[in-house]
Amino acid sequence: MTKLLNPAGLLVLLAGAIAFPFVINDPTYTTIAIFALLFAAAASGWNIFSGYTGYIALGHAAYFGVGGYALAIMCQRWHIQGGYTPFYLVPVCGLIAAAFAVPLGAVALRTRRHTFVVITVASFFILQLLSYNLRGLTNGSSGIDFPLILQWGPDFYNLPFYYAALILTLVALATSWFIRNSKFGLGLLAIRDDEDRAQGLGVKTGASKLIAFVISAFFVGMAGAVLNYFIGNVQPTFTFDSLFDVAVELMVFMGGIGSLSGPILGALVIESADQYTALQFSFGPGLHLLVYGSLFLVVILFLPQGIVPSIKGQWARYQASRSNDQPLPSANGTGPGSPAMGVTASREEAKA
Amino acid sequence: MNLLEVKGASKAFGGIQALSDCSVSLEKGKINGLIGPNGSGKTTLFNVVTGYEKVDAGEIIFNGKPITNASPDQVFALGIGRTFQLTRIFPRLTVIENMHVAAQRSGLSGLLARWSQSHEQKRAIELLDYVGITRLKDTPAGNLSYGQKKLLEFAFILIADPQVILLDEPAGGVNPTMINLLASRIRGLNELGITFLVVEHNMEFVMTLCDRVTVMHRGTKIAEGPPAEVRRNPAVLEAYLGD
Amino acid sequence: MNLIIEAVVFGILTGGVYALMASGLTLIFGVLDIINIAQGGMVILGAYLSFWLQQHLQLDLFLGLLITMPVMFGVGVLIHAVFIRPLKQDRTMLSILVTFGIMLVIQGLLTIVFTTDTRKLQAPYVTDALRVGDFYLSYIYLYVFALSAILLAALYLLVYRTRFGQSLRASIQNRTAAELIGINVNRIAALTFGIGVALAAAGGMAYGATTAFDPNSGLDLISRLLVIIVLGGMGSLSGALIASVSILVIQDVTAVIWSPTWSVVVAFALMIIVLVLRPQGLLGKVEGRKQ
Repeated sequence: MTKLLNPAGLLVLLAGAIAFPFVINDPTYTTIAIFALLFAAAASGWNIFSGYTGYIALGHAAYFGVGGYALAIMCQRWHIQGGYTPFYLVPVCGLIAAAFAVPLGAVALRTRRHTFVVITVASFFILQLLSYNLRGLTNGSSGIDFPLILQWGPDFYNLPFYYAALILTLVALATSWFIRNSKFGLGLLAIRDDEDRAQGLGVKTGASKLIAFVISAFFVGMAGAVLNYFIGNVQPTFTFDSLFDVAVELMVFMGGIGSLSGPILGALVIESADQYTALQFSFGPGLHLLVYGSLFLVVILFLPQGIVPSIKGQWARYQASRSNDQPLPSANGTGPGSPAMGVTASREEAKA
Repeated sequence: MNLLEVKGASKAFGGIQALSDCSVSLEKGKINGLIGPNGSGKTTLFNVVTGYEKVDAGEIIFNGKPITNASPDQVFALGIGRTFQLTRIFPRLTVIENMHVAAQRSGLSGLLARWSQSHEQKRAIELLDYVGITRLKDTPAGNLSYGQKKLLEFAFILIADPQVILLDEPAGGVNPTMINLLASRIRGLNELGITFLVVEHNMEFVMTLCDRVTVMHRGTKIAEGPPAEVRRNPAVLEAYLGD
Repeated sequence: MNLIIEAVVFGILTGGVYALMASGLTLIFGVLDIINIAQGGMVILGAYLSFWLQQHLQLDLFLGLLITMPVMFGVGVLIHAVFIRPLKQDRTMLSILVTFGIMLVIQGLLTIVFTTDTRKLQAPYVTDALRVGDFYLSYIYLYVFALSAILLAALYLLVYRTRFGQSLRASIQNRTAAELIGINVNRIAALTFGIGVALAAAGGMAYGATTAFDPNSGLDLISRLLVIIVLGGMGSLSGALIASVSILVIQDVTAVIWSPTWSVVVAFALMIIVLVLRPQGLLGKVEGRKQ
């Protein structure tokens, strides 16, 4: 992924991202960018767990919702003014979401594969129902409004949200990278390939899975806090959105599950497209579902590897055909013994 | 001195008695062979020793301490490594990444460190050199040939510095050149003090490599001793031909 | 006390209907190893088909099944061939995405054709009620329960007493081994998917006759069905039956004893507790290594 773009290229992208809202000053487009970036952060977070371990979690909408509600409730209870202050509370919301993830994840991770999927879905529904039922805390189906931000004019309004979203996405990306290159991350990937074998070799599978799960909830929770603050209120149906997880799964899958940039690319493309079409074309709800669903199916059937891996595959094939390979030379075994072994070994071929 | 002892192990799967009062011992520093017709319980024995199955009865003793029914990671941490008949490596990880999965973790800082810069990297490369697959280090392990996967599995077991290595049919399905390589590596490591238990069907491999051979039949031991003795034992011949 | 009895009775009766809907889902899982999220949508589609037949052809709900079930069977086989069979790698994740996509398409189509108005299937016997002690039991509940019972019994016979059923159970237990002994696993998979969808059609009629529905009801429904089959043990028909009835009874009784708003939470929470203690569900097999 990042092998395709050298550090210079990445810096250019970063500069572009930072300059974006000034270059394209139209609130319509910056709004789309905010949604896209927040989904990118959430997708990255989801990928840290599901992409790396292979356990498909479909209940992360719960943590998105917890993040949103946490911020709304804090603003309401502590009479926080609209403006910059709520942004400082976003990491706290992430931690609250992570706290919910600990017991829910511990329970779900006692199971595997399909049962695991269903338990994550069930935990989502439980939290959604709680948001309806715990009226004292959540105000039930009426929801809670965020404090108004009157001091930001319409031209300025989107900017802080944009940068908050960008920072969140960059932190999520950095965390993914860090994990991927650490021993911990290798453990997660080993779990994906052969969990029992990984455990047998000393990987602490139980702890690793739970930690990854909690980290992913942390990012999804923060994305939820920022997005709901941007929208201006929290409500059970929208804040706890049952389509969230499948949307995120599609984004990550399209970008290339388990990769670093895949979730971000997938989210940027899909969410932007989704928001844009919602604005441009007044689809009735039925047509919208129909188009969305059909696109889903078309993409999955024709690009089963996801877009980024497919492109990478094509690129690799193209390069291979261009360089006119010579057959790889047959390997020699070790020389006269490797120093640490202190063994006199005969030269053998390692090729089988 | 017996490094590893199995005493009276029994294990049934449904109606099938895979191990029946089986007692086997491994002499320290020797290459022990384990042979027997199909279904004699060899792989089940491996599984109960290394924690992938639990015994119904019996004891397993390692270095004088009981390890009966320990979990696979506990067994591995004690210094007993094993390979599988159908190699169990991590196909989507590269060869060098596979090595690092098995490498010992040293606490929290060890886990968070970049694996490519860690101190195990040197050792991992050394071991890949030792089995001769270093050039493949950045290849996804799933793309390796069957023989190369066996070498990888062998190498990553070694990175944990085991005292005992249990090899489940290392010579199965590979060409003679590879078999010779494996044999020489096993001998080399044995000279450094590693004890081996090798399950094999390839009689020549077992007879030339092993110091001692145990024969199993129908879940229990029927003969034990130096290879030459065992191959002449009438009970052994009957077990193989009679069924 | 009477309220509790009433809740139990309704729980059992509606549990039967849910068992019908869930049985297809659990069978599909058992044979194809996928979670058919679209099953919720199929049920609602079945309900709308019954609705349409009744509205435009004045066809009796139960007789209409003679049309809707075969039609949906065909739809199921077609969907399997086009969307499910091509999935080779990463089936767990892809099947979730694909079946979800199918569900969205169904939902979209139904919204366009029928709008989001809620409907309910009508019939003269829907409104007639039987008096049982202190409460009234609408006849329709008894009829759909009978329908569920008959269909489930027929399914049971099919799975346990026919050669097809034998091949089906073999495919569930060990797909590779089944192929090796000459069972056409692909054909079994296609037929099973078709049967699962046909059952959804029947379940849809039963559901639609007892509950108001709209195109979006499928999502809520599938979440309950998933809870049921996981609790019962995925792949187990008897498990689905026991779990359906248990959950519905518990839910209805909780609604009476405590409050309706908490009843669903209680049901979900109970499922989680059971799964913590017994991850394979009530009658499921322990999750072994992938075959």
